[in-house]
Amino acid sequence: MHELSIVMSILDIAEKESAKNNAVQIDEIELEIGELSGIDMPAFDFAWQQAVKSTKLEGAARIVTHIPGEGLCMDCEAVFPMHQLYKPCPVCSHHFITILKGKELRVKSLVIN
Amino acid sequence: MCATCGCDSNASSSIQHIGEHNHPHDHAHEHDHSHSHGKTIVAVEKDILHENNLLAQRNRGYFDAKNILALNLVSSPGSGKTSLLERTLTDMKGEFPFYVIEGDQQTTRDADRIHATGTKVAQINTGKGCHLDAHMILHALQGMKPVENAVLFIENVGNLVCPAMFDLGEKERVVIISVTEGDDKPIKYPDMFHTSTLCIINKVDLLPYVPFSLDKVKEYARQVNPALEFIELSCTSGEGLSGWYQWLKAKVPVTETV
Repeated sequence: MHELSIVMSILDIAEKESAKNNAVQIDEIELEIGELSGIDMPAFDFAWQQAVKSTKLEGAARIVTHIPGEGLCMDCEAVFPMHQLYKPCPVCSHHFITILKGKELRVKSLVIN
Repeated sequence: MCATCGCDSNASSSIQHIGEHNHPHDHAHEHDHSHSHGKTIVAVEKDILHENNLLAQRNRGYFDAKNILALNLVSSPGSGKTSLLERTLTDMKGEFPFYVIEGDQQTTRDADRIHATGTKVAQINTGKGCHLDAHMILHALQGMKPVENAVLFIENVGNLVCPAMFDLGEKERVVIISVTEGDDKPIKYPDMFHTSTLCIINKVDLLPYVPFSLDKVKEYARQVNPALEFIELSCTSGEGLSGWYQWLKAKVPVTETV
């Protein structure tokens, strides 16, 4: 359940950013969550519902952009969709792979009031 | 607000320095609000783990400056992290100044075991938390004050999932797996094996009694992390421990003389 820590970090960022801008309420929050970031979305949703209660994020619309995983094979330089860490390069079957996309965990933007 | 790291009072974890008097670490709370009207879009563009990563880099800088080898030991519960530390601290006593930070949800049982070896230890109780984070380590270090050229073992909460995401500022991450677990653990819990540099395979004295293949576990682990190193050992029989001690000695940074 590290998802709760992640949600708490999002709350922290949202509270700080909204305070900087003198906001009383957050209407919308946009997040980027990569496929390989290690976030289980059902656990994330569960943690979210509990954690945002009585905060500026309670009632805020949550927009999540899911970023698909993308790997680069260090042997044959193929770029391919990457859904698991243990799958080999689909071109040369080697495992020396660098993750290009999918590790993202970001707060993109807030709409404040 | 904490003067060192600016933390708020929401920390639910506690740190106890075993063998010393304990003082509570209290944080005050600050809130500032003013009001305005109208909608604004704020481009935040911030990593969610940004705060943790900043504090981890801060810890890393502290370790580098003091030439301390900090190792983050991760595994599922019961793989033998504490037993490996007990054995190591006893066998290598006097070779380096050793320090241990223990992470568990509850109790000081592990720290008490480490304390019994004569090693300075701090216990972090994460409460309901499932992992250590860089912030907890920062505060544990403040009470611990390790000397230069030391080796610091950070025993993470027994959990093969969550600790993978949290950089503590360690030099290396060591994942421990025991032969009583399945040999397919590396692909079932790939994140932990992906982020580690050394994999210790513990309890090899039990290999004759369990359906665990050393070749398979290595093959699976290399699928996730082709650069992963392996050391096979048993804390009970002592087999393979010398390989682990050699690895440790080779990792201790050599002090540069000016």
